[in-house]
Amino acid sequence: MSDESKADVRQYVRNAYEQLGLPRLIIIIFLLSLFAVAVIMRMDLAILVKDSITRIGMNGILVLAMLPTLACGVGLNFGLPVGVIAGLVGAVTSMNWGLKGFAGFAAATAIAIPLAVIAGYLYAMLLERVQGQEMMVGTYVGFSLVSGMCMFWLLAPYRNPAMIFALGGKGLRTTITLDRTFGKVLNDFLGFSILDVYIPTGLLLFMGVFYVAIALFFKSKAGLAMRTVGSNPMYARSSGINVQGMRTLGVILSTVLAAIGILVYSQSYGFVQLYTAPLTAAFPAVASVLIGGASLRKATIGHALLGTVLFHTLLTIALPVTQTVLQGADISEIARMIMSNGMIIYALTRAERR
Amino acid sequence: MSEQSTAQVETPARGLGVGISSILRNWSVPIFFLVISIAGIAAARLDINYLINEVVGRFGRNAFLVISLIIPVMAGLGLNFGIVIGAMAGQTALVIVTHYRIDGLAGFMLAAVISVPIAMMLGWLVGRTLNQAKGREMVTSMIMGFFANGIYQLVFLVLLGTLIPMKDPVLILGSGIGLRNTIDLIGLSYSLDRAMDWLWNGFVFTSIGATRLGPWRFPICTLLVIGILCVVTTFITRTKLGQEMRAVGQDMHIAQVAGINVDRTRIIATMMSTVLAAWGQLIFLQNIGTFNTYSSHEQVGMFSVAAILVGGATTRRATIWNAIVGTLLFHTLFVVSPLAGQRLFGVSQVGEYFRSFLAYGVIAVALALHAWQGRAGKSK
Repeated sequence: MSDESKADVRQYVRNAYEQLGLPRLIIIIFLLSLFAVAVIMRMDLAILVKDSITRIGMNGILVLAMLPTLACGVGLNFGLPVGVIAGLVGAVTSMNWGLKGFAGFAAATAIAIPLAVIAGYLYAMLLERVQGQEMMVGTYVGFSLVSGMCMFWLLAPYRNPAMIFALGGKGLRTTITLDRTFGKVLNDFLGFSILDVYIPTGLLLFMGVFYVAIALFFKSKAGLAMRTVGSNPMYARSSGINVQGMRTLGVILSTVLAAIGILVYSQSYGFVQLYTAPLTAAFPAVASVLIGGASLRKATIGHALLGTVLFHTLLTIALPVTQTVLQGADISEIARMIMSNGMIIYALTRAERR
Repeated sequence: MSEQSTAQVETPARGLGVGISSILRNWSVPIFFLVISIAGIAAARLDINYLINEVVGRFGRNAFLVISLIIPVMAGLGLNFGIVIGAMAGQTALVIVTHYRIDGLAGFMLAAVISVPIAMMLGWLVGRTLNQAKGREMVTSMIMGFFANGIYQLVFLVLLGTLIPMKDPVLILGSGIGLRNTIDLIGLSYSLDRAMDWLWNGFVFTSIGATRLGPWRFPICTLLVIGILCVVTTFITRTKLGQEMRAVGQDMHIAQVAGINVDRTRIIATMMSTVLAAWGQLIFLQNIGTFNTYSSHEQVGMFSVAAILVGGATTRRATIWNAIVGTLLFHTLFVVSPLAGQRLFGVSQVGEYFRSFLAYGVIAVALALHAWQGRAGKSK
């Protein structure tokens, strides 16, 4: 090989590395080594792949919900539980009416979206007043809303016996099964198996539709205006864009996506999780989009997609693989904590240096 | 711009309504929570003697941790959610001391000494990271707490017994890897609280006329230590270092121009807070008597921050009195709310949820109000 072509290769590798960035490289290597271990240990790859695909479909829209707030300059939306709660209220109300299948899912979405729009609007009004501290205020608004809603779940007038605590008869259960309502309606829509791997077609299609819709939105006039607000608010203002309106729109969009996202998540999981479960809903989504390569200043559909695939594949296969290798000790939860929070710290400490 | 707004804030205080109006303005938040507490006490029809005993105990347990938040606020770092990391340092020291079976006050003191280098090192790391995230210190310190929790679990759940050799059937799980979920601190329990029992055991049980006083038990030595900490913290604010911290907290750029090493000052403030938090966690655990290896530290940051905010502190101003009043009020609410929930709704769970709603809500509202006022001040 001549020196020139060597230099070319080196340049190419360097470009690829810079494009990818160190954190992603580490995570990809970690992911590949987990797969390698799985092959060596003769684990059932079909199950791992199937579970990974399902998990990606489950979480895709929740991760997507990060994009609008990043694009309009509000930052990472740690207040994701605001939308999640709207989604859960929709799910629970639809179940209370005893709706089944697609009708149930549609009703849940139909209730959740207006709630999310209202909640998102109020949340946006608050964030507008606390500029500079959006992430911190958002985190605690989310936390307090979730714990406030705990009282709601306990005291709300839902009467369907399948949903309330068996003993005592007061308050909704912590986890409610969706078996007899809209559990897995998307997953099983046009689902098929290939090489023992079950493909949840409906789930992936649904996720795909939203990704395409958001991608088109960012190409539209409003979407471009939103990005301008995020990257350069002064310029946006001087070119006649309604900065506050765009931020509000971004937050509402994010909240609505979170509401739909949790419904998709719940139907795939087969259970609705209430009470303190949504408390940490924001963190995996935040970590995913950052792992995908987004920063506080720049986030694209590609970042969300890559992040979802990488992070959730990792989470799905880490548990079975580590359990096979190290009998008993569960590293996956620890790995998740270190990796996702490490990623968030990385993003928070790098943002100003660009 | 900022000069103008401070001038505006100060004028009414110098005017006629100095008395009540300034008290109301400075202490509106604590007064609000005092009213809620009293309403809760009335609703729960609580025995006052029981309440006092509980609150005194909880004050001794938590005040040190809450006071450890003051120095970073002074240095402009906001509320240091990273005291969770200090708590982990304290717990690490506690594991070592328990392993060597050193009991009583000696064991407690040894744990306090061992925790210092660990906490200093961790505090230095936190301080350095926070210097790279200026303007986002609070959210960064919170996430660092979560991150450190992962590392902590990695060390004590996986590495201990594999990479770090340790054999101790009392502390280590049956499999030989990782610490048990709960560690009994029989030898250390109340080691500080009752260290001065030879002088007075702090027990009050008398009556004045028809009113019964007691049974209350004051953790005399702990209260003394907290008192010393208050004096020392006040003293630090008057030293050169303290003045530098204040200058950095006021305006980093001006401090830099004035020749203060801003980054170094901020790191020192973080380290101090981390060390104090480690000691605070030791005090907390010797009072509780058992130690949930993987969860005792998790709530420390949130509850301490909520307490100091209830006491009327903001992200830019916090005093000893905010810490003391806040700890008392927050823990009164903590005792009262489940009982009030039981009375009012017939479900004690409501009170439990109300409690965490309160802690989170206080932080959310305080942060929001402060950011809001900060912006209103700037835009004038």
